[in-house]
Amino acid sequence: MLDSRPPLLQLQDITKSFGGVTALRGVDFTLRPGEIHGLVGENGAGKSTLMKIIAGVHTGFSGRFLLDGREVHFNSARDARAAGIAMVHQELSVAPDLTVAENVFLGNQPTNALGLVQWRRMAREAAEQLKRLGIDADPMSRLGDLPIGVQQLIEIARVLFSGARIIILDEPTSALSPPEVERLFAALRRLREQGTGIIFISHFIEDILLISDEVTVFRNGRKIMETRAADTSKAALIEAMIGKGRDALEDSYTHDITLPAPPVDKPIVVEADGLSLARNLKSVSFSVHAGEVLGVYGFMGCGQLELARILFGKLAPDAGELRVSGERNRFKSTADARRAGIAFVPESRRDMLFLQEPVYKNVSISILDRINALLLKPARERTLAQRQVEQLQIRPADVEIELGLLSGGNQQKVALAKWLSHPPRLLVLCEPTRGMDVGAKSDVIQIVRQLRDQGIAVIVLSTEPETVLSLADRVIVLKRGEVVREFAGETISKDRLLEAA
Amino acid sequence: MAHGDTVPMPEAQRAGGIASLLRSQMRNIAPFLTLIFLTAFFAIASPSFATIDNVGNILTQVSVTGIIAVGLTFVILCAEIDLSIAAIANVTGIAVAYFTLQESYVNIANVPMPGFAAILLALALCALLGVVNAFGLTVIGIPSFIMTLAMMQIAAGISAMLVRGQIAYKVPPVITTLGSGSIAGIPWIVIVAALMLLLGHLVLTYTRFGRYVYMVGGNREAAEYSGLNVKLILGSVMVISAVCSGIGGMLGVAHFGSAQQNEFDTYLLDSIAAVVVGGTSLFGGRGGIGNTIVGLFVLGVLNNGLDHVNIDSFLKILIRGLILLAALVINVYAQRLRAKAAD
Repeated sequence: MLDSRPPLLQLQDITKSFGGVTALRGVDFTLRPGEIHGLVGENGAGKSTLMKIIAGVHTGFSGRFLLDGREVHFNSARDARAAGIAMVHQELSVAPDLTVAENVFLGNQPTNALGLVQWRRMAREAAEQLKRLGIDADPMSRLGDLPIGVQQLIEIARVLFSGARIIILDEPTSALSPPEVERLFAALRRLREQGTGIIFISHFIEDILLISDEVTVFRNGRKIMETRAADTSKAALIEAMIGKGRDALEDSYTHDITLPAPPVDKPIVVEADGLSLARNLKSVSFSVHAGEVLGVYGFMGCGQLELARILFGKLAPDAGELRVSGERNRFKSTADARRAGIAFVPESRRDMLFLQEPVYKNVSISILDRINALLLKPARERTLAQRQVEQLQIRPADVEIELGLLSGGNQQKVALAKWLSHPPRLLVLCEPTRGMDVGAKSDVIQIVRQLRDQGIAVIVLSTEPETVLSLADRVIVLKRGEVVREFAGETISKDRLLEAA
Repeated sequence: MAHGDTVPMPEAQRAGGIASLLRSQMRNIAPFLTLIFLTAFFAIASPSFATIDNVGNILTQVSVTGIIAVGLTFVILCAEIDLSIAAIANVTGIAVAYFTLQESYVNIANVPMPGFAAILLALALCALLGVVNAFGLTVIGIPSFIMTLAMMQIAAGISAMLVRGQIAYKVPPVITTLGSGSIAGIPWIVIVAALMLLLGHLVLTYTRFGRYVYMVGGNREAAEYSGLNVKLILGSVMVISAVCSGIGGMLGVAHFGSAQQNEFDTYLLDSIAAVVVGGTSLFGGRGGIGNTIVGLFVLGVLNNGLDHVNIDSFLKILIRGLILLAALVINVYAQRLRAKAAD
């Protein structure tokens, strides 16, 4: 697959610092034509910094940057695009109000001699391109009306078919279902045959091993290892990433897990009976006991997000009821749910954090009415926050620091810390480990287990089988808004979970 | 932080030192510098500007705006807007006069009552209009910009029906005293404005409700996912705004010595300008009463100073507009600098 042409891209001895902190130290990186190059590393290891240098976003760095063997200097992301480098960012950046075709051709719509957009041609070509990714979407439909996974694929399509010679994909598979991932990989392989160089960043080591020719591991701003994907294993990569083995980590990747017998002797904390919501949920029933973690697994769009929001009073079900400790509850607001002892962490942590505010105000916000009557007691807030910060090992351990300055993993811990000063009866966690590095993941798993052992009922909703397997004592599988399977007191594996969904 | 790979660097932030502190405090520093600059300019340009008497004039001139701006600060901190403040001030001022016995030559079919009842009814009226704003915003889901635009017309309509083009002069004695009397040489209206600003500051800084206001303004979704009753908080700030406007309107009527239609029209722009010029973020969550006070003085010094330097009165309007534009530019720019600093 590799050919003898000179490397597409060669970076030599790249060093990049931000204010006194060095993000990259003397990194070499080579990308050959027709190569898919996997990048792994914990959050903060330097992957994104390197990619932003390649994509022309970061300009001040030391070292040599060669394209086709010639040294280049980009002054902006525009220069990089002109040189044939395209990047798909982790977050969706589509125009939801435009049509599918317009999104595919965003920025370079085909025009006729008069400069008018050739709609028919655009629609036809967009449909052809999307078919190659296995998407059968009407090119003239509004993008925002499509499922989020399809939107992500369309964004990827835009870059894949832009004619770029170097394509950088940052966590492209996190919102995709397994069949969608397969179609994406097929498209990447076709591009590889055409000689495109692809850099593929992912936390999913399996994906990296499956698609990459070459794998590079980063740790603390240095390149730790570069190897052919065929010559390495998941365990070896993980060890290179974190430096040493960890027990919780191994737990979370164990293939077969034996679920404990359901704790029938413990009281039921929350019981859902026939919850239905428009097209999203069809008569969903389940119960959670104190000291139990219920996993809710399913692909994107299976109704998980809606279910979680009903539990926290953000959405009202069309039918069915929710009983908390045997009492029938109709939450009119999230405040009602909170007062009933329900805690909630949404899938996107930005949605529940105040990044501009100091850590302690974030930690105390949901318990203010328990620690203050009318007047605030900032000293009390700081003490409580300090305790949580120490318990959850949030770094830096400074409650005055603006939350936005913390790393993603630490922000996620703050999102949990909010609910722990006054332990809830039920904790609802959406995608608790999404986008986290292995170290932070294993910390979060530990925290959830501790909470369960204190007798808190936990519901974990995730589209990642590993997350559910590493946390849940019992699992229900949602498919198109219906509970299709329940796993309790038996041995399950990722395969069986995927099969059920 | 979005891509997770950015190295957390609080040390670097600190190393950035004074420059980054200045940048993050831009919204507080810029209005203050503007105030100092304007004061120095007028003091040099006109000998009659920097006198004790004139300081008293400025304080009195900004008092009604100050009272109204207290409530508006709450609203803007929540990233909402209230365009009905001046109209509610007007209708409340008219209402308190409507319920007071007027001289026989005043041709209004009014309903005279004891002073305290007139005041209570007027307060109830402005609170009710605030509740309607709150209902439209939170229950029905009308954007505050549109909801309060409608309320502006409604309040103006009630005003018109009460006075029917006439002018009333009398208000209850306590309102007359607070609006136009003074104690030990200090006008009561200045004292009331100062107390209300102080109260607003204390509520925003030291109470749970105040914290909620900042959090809802900072990230409304996060506030909801933290289990706050966002609608209740938004509704409350609309009512607070209406009541502050009402108090400003009653004292304003006493201060001007008359109650009539369209009397408060300029106060809508002045109050919004005071809050925004002071540096409270139009995007919510940043700023406060301290900023509003600086903003009030910037406007007060500007309006008063322009009277002292003998400028074409039409040009004055243009200059005020330009100053407001400059403040808006700084406001938006400060938000961007912060966003950059946090990235």
